[in-house]
Amino acid sequence: MIPVKINHLSFSRNSHVVFNDVNISIDPGKVTAIMGPSGTGKTTLLRLIGAQLRPDAGQILVGDQDIHRLSQKELYLARRKMGMLFQNAALFTNLSVFENVAFPLREHTQLSESMIRRIVLMKLQAVGLRGARDLMPSELSGGMSRRVALARAIALDPQLIMYDEPFTGQDPISMAVLVKLIKDLNTILGITSVIVSHDVPETSSISDYIYLISDGKVAGKGSPAEVSVDSSPEVKQFMHGLPDGVVPFHYPAKDYREDILS
Amino acid sequence: MMKIMNRLERLGSSGLTICGNFGRCGIFLLRTLFRKPRFKKSFPLLIDALYFVGVFSLIIIVLSGLFIGMVVGLQGYNTLNKFGALAQLGQLIALSVVRELGPVVTALLFAGRAGSALTAEIGLMKTTEQLSSMEMMGVDPLWRVISPRFWAGFISMPVLSCIFSAVAIYGGYLVGVQWLGIDAGSFWGNMQSSVDFYDDVMQGIIKSFVFGFVVTWIAVFQGFDTVPTAEGISRATTRTVVYSSLAILALDFALTSVLIGGW
Ligand SMILES: Nc1ncnc2c1ncn2[C@@H]1O[C@H](COP(=O)(O)OP(=O)(O)O)[C@@H](O)[C@H]1O
Ligand SMILES: [Mg+2]
Repeated sequence: MIPVKINHLSFSRNSHVVFNDVNISIDPGKVTAIMGPSGTGKTTLLRLIGAQLRPDAGQILVGDQDIHRLSQKELYLARRKMGMLFQNAALFTNLSVFENVAFPLREHTQLSESMIRRIVLMKLQAVGLRGARDLMPSELSGGMSRRVALARAIALDPQLIMYDEPFTGQDPISMAVLVKLIKDLNTILGITSVIVSHDVPETSSISDYIYLISDGKVAGKGSPAEVSVDSSPEVKQFMHGLPDGVVPFHYPAKDYREDILS
Repeated sequence: MMKIMNRLERLGSSGLTICGNFGRCGIFLLRTLFRKPRFKKSFPLLIDALYFVGVFSLIIIVLSGLFIGMVVGLQGYNTLNKFGALAQLGQLIALSVVRELGPVVTALLFAGRAGSALTAEIGLMKTTEQLSSMEMMGVDPLWRVISPRFWAGFISMPVLSCIFSAVAIYGGYLVGVQWLGIDAGSFWGNMQSSVDFYDDVMQGIIKSFVFGFVVTWIAVFQGFDTVPTAEGISRATTRTVVYSSLAILALDFALTSVLIGGW
């Protein structure tokens, strides 16, 4: 299983600084959570790890490869070792559930049709959707889509899997199912897992280590127990969901009284 | 003085943006065209795309061809009648359809039907992160999604244009011969003796290849370059139709002058 090391990462979008000298170390075989309010750049971080975006400075090591120094061909090979679950599942809408999961196998392996069938059914069984193999993505609920996407992400037995907001918008039952699936995949297969999320209790319950990102910096880190008692104001506000604090409730504006009386 | 400098600066920067866009568009095309072919895997994808691009456009092409042929027949009949040259109707219809109307109208309809559908489809795939997830699986979307659609457009456009011309000539025949009673023998005979394969038919076919290339290029590029929002998709679709139509008409003029002058 492969570790990921992010060293001195800086990245900006247009003039907006998303990351400023961020260091993150993701241990092999562990579940690492990257948390932070919406818009802090969690999705951006995953895209940087997958080399869909290039950092302005710093390096990202996936295993022992600097992912941004690979040739196109090496990069595409390296990506086969990574699975990524996108925020909105990103299933191929013109392919059935079965074909969605079979897609990476058909693209990257020379397996026979019967082998592909067997592997796809095993992966679908793992997410509990073997019976849904003939449905089209438009016929699935949000939770089911995410589970199909998960089956597709593990089709090639990746060594690293990244989840982008896996719990957002899920009902309590799907949420529990997803939490269990992510935990199981990690404990049974030992896949290095990165969860990006702002759902504090669910994420805390399954992660081994948490990084809290705020304002382009790592604001806090540690085991879930350590982070929940962290006394720094940013961490406290986020972990306990306080409406006002270092992150203000109000979008920057001029003085209220002045504004309303003018 | 400051004002003029400012204006110049703005002009320069928009000029650079335009050049940049053309550059990106060109690089995109080169990356789509020049890649190691993987025939065994590409072929089924191409068939699917041909079905999506070509077969779905067939109905509108056939119906428009029929009506345009009938209109040309009617107008031609009226005009030729004044000169007592009704026997030339077949020739008039065939030449105008094969040389101009066939390729141009087919291309315009193709841009509206297939081009906009391609842009919307690819744009939607981008907006729903399907292209991103493909990339993350180590599959190049340019190869898997763009390339088959591009070739399908390039191949189907000339075929559709031929079908259009054939149907339009038949429409003219229906009006001229069946309805208005011109002699069938002189209709077909004059047509046959006056339409030259290289001068007329090839000219139409060359045009339709060029139009197919340009329209599909614009359509897939606009789709791939969509701003990933619902609004972005609708803008990209509109742009495809507008840019393609302008390109078709401008290129038609350019091609006609080259082909007539230098053939
Ligand atoms: N394609 C883009 N172009 C410009 N800015 C973007 C783009 N995508 C995201 N951003 C900006 O980057 C920041 C981080 O976005 P994102 O990584 O999606 O946040 P998160 O996933 O944590 O909610 C946001 O401020 C967002 O506005
Ligand atoms: Mg996000």
